[in-house]
Amino acid sequence: MNAPAKIQETKAEQSLNAQFDAIFAQTTQENANQRKQAWDAFKAKGIPHRRVEEWHYTDLRTKMNDAFALASKTAPKAEALKGAGDLKTHRIAIVNGRYAPDLSSDQDVAGLSIAQTNGFLAAQLGTDDAMAHLNQALVQGGISIKIDANAKIELPIEIVRYTDGSQVSSYAGTAVEIGSGAKALIIESFEGDADAAYQSNALTEIKVGDKADVHWLKLQVESAKAQHIETLSMELGAETNFQHFIYNEGASLSRAQLFLEFKGEGTHAGLRGTSLLKDNQHADITLFVKHAVPGCESREYYRSVVDDKARAVFQGKIIVEQAAQKTDGQMMIKTLLLSDTAEINAKPELEIFADDVQCAHGSTTGDIDEDLLFYLMARGIPEAQARKILVLAFLSEAIEEFEEEQCVELLEAMTRSWLHADDMVSE
Amino acid sequence: MLEIKNLHAEVDGNKILRGIDLTVRPGEVHAIMGPNGSGKSTLSYVLAGKDDYEITEGSISYNGVDWAELGADERAAAGMFLAFQYPIEIPGVATMTFLKTALNAQRKARGEDEISTPDFMKLVREKSKELKVTPDMLKRPLNVGFSGGEKKRAEILQMSLLEPTLCVLDETDSGLDIDALRVVSEGVNQLRSPERSMIVITHYQRLLDHIVPDVVHVLSKGKIVKTGGKELALELEKNGYADYVGEEAA
Repeated sequence: MNAPAKIQETKAEQSLNAQFDAIFAQTTQENANQRKQAWDAFKAKGIPHRRVEEWHYTDLRTKMNDAFALASKTAPKAEALKGAGDLKTHRIAIVNGRYAPDLSSDQDVAGLSIAQTNGFLAAQLGTDDAMAHLNQALVQGGISIKIDANAKIELPIEIVRYTDGSQVSSYAGTAVEIGSGAKALIIESFEGDADAAYQSNALTEIKVGDKADVHWLKLQVESAKAQHIETLSMELGAETNFQHFIYNEGASLSRAQLFLEFKGEGTHAGLRGTSLLKDNQHADITLFVKHAVPGCESREYYRSVVDDKARAVFQGKIIVEQAAQKTDGQMMIKTLLLSDTAEINAKPELEIFADDVQCAHGSTTGDIDEDLLFYLMARGIPEAQARKILVLAFLSEAIEEFEEEQCVELLEAMTRSWLHADDMVSE
Repeated sequence: MLEIKNLHAEVDGNKILRGIDLTVRPGEVHAIMGPNGSGKSTLSYVLAGKDDYEITEGSISYNGVDWAELGADERAAAGMFLAFQYPIEIPGVATMTFLKTALNAQRKARGEDEISTPDFMKLVREKSKELKVTPDMLKRPLNVGFSGGEKKRAEILQMSLLEPTLCVLDETDSGLDIDALRVVSEGVNQLRSPERSMIVITHYQRLLDHIVPDVVHVLSKGKIVKTGGKELALELEKNGYADYVGEEAA
């Protein structure tokens, strides 16, 4: 009776066991190894919990009561997909983890190739994250997107990720390769049936060449009962401009984990976002930014508005390796707490091994400024409206830095809608 | 007509106003002067309705309406305007957007129709030209990066757009050079009218060379200790406040 106590498997882990067995039985010889390796790597860790440092503030083991069954292939109506709204785009739809050409637009675009894949990725994440491993163990499908060198894609490329059904889960793997000198705007939305409880787990690898110009907007507008996990790995070439923005509004629980590595010198990367949280929402943004080469600039600016009993989690680690001289890294987290029960856990970190760098990080948390509120009210603006103006202003400051006009407009409209301030005067 | 009777007010438990009586009729300009800490700015905040400024005794009524019943926004819609001593910077809110929002909020509160965008633009262009407020300033976030003079001109622009009937100017001359003082004063003087009451709060007499008051009051330790005509301001400039506030100003 002296055997060491074994950690009990949770109900969710037991469900995952059965799901893996079922999907593994159908896996072709060619992918069996990769699936099995990913599964073993996941099993070695289990569902992350608060004693895993990177997951300390997001105890998934407690929050994930069950692992829903793998979603089957379905065909939702085209109207169900929101994506980037009325913007004219090249649409790529992924439903329940699988490429859905019927819901996608004609992909005959010069310089752009899209191919259905089985979702397995090279997964050179430089991380050993359990939920990324789980994605590859259960992956249902995916796509690869390639943009040719020097291609300028005029319209935004819109990736709509839709989870169709309730009590289901979806796992997609996406590989994106953007050639040197290319220019593109990608708008990616994560969504699903309204009010449906489901789980989505996406793993995406983006490789960008030299002298490219890429804007990537993620709209996380999952159903209010969804659990959303996204792992994004980014590698950037030299003299590239890469701007990423997360709009975080949906899901009862969400986690975006971003791994960014500079592979070439003279590159600028911006990781930004806004989180709009209420009720019991829990939203986690976790970054690992690695400056491995000299002369790159990174900006990590996130703003959150947290109401009711919601909780925002931000963890950001900037690593500056010894070779990465002349690195310029600035991280700033700003949060407005709109209720006494709202919460933010912010953990910005710098690890610097080079001696000639400019790095800073900071975090501010507060309530709406009473003096600003009084100023607006003294001009005749009623309190409720004045509060909305100040929340919108707080978020707009972050949104405007994305510098893609059509996205700024879209984000401000979505923010106004969240605030129930659609009638508010815009600029 | 503004009627302040035996007004006592405190901030965070500190008694600041200790029994002010003041009546300002339509068309009148009253100057309130006094040394630092006499309660001048507190009076302006109490009139505008800032939270934390609590009336503990006495009353304020404007055109027969008990001011204590109204929030800051309702007072604004009823004609009150406070030109702030330190106009606050509001990042993320474009000045133009703010002006339109404020104007329409007041119109709505009074049951009037909203102003159309072309009419609004025309109005702003006219008024901002008079006050040397540039189109660039209107595009920028409210007061952000404005110089001291620009902030005060922007305050008077707001006053001129919102057309209040009770204007309180809190140390509008502070931080202004002579040229800026002239522009701001001209803006204020243009708004003088038989329907409009003004209270000009100032530390120095020089503003009153430009905005000539009908009545001058000296505020000390939360009370009006002397009331006179415009010549009172000149006397204060010469002799200081010592005659009225006793040992403290020495």
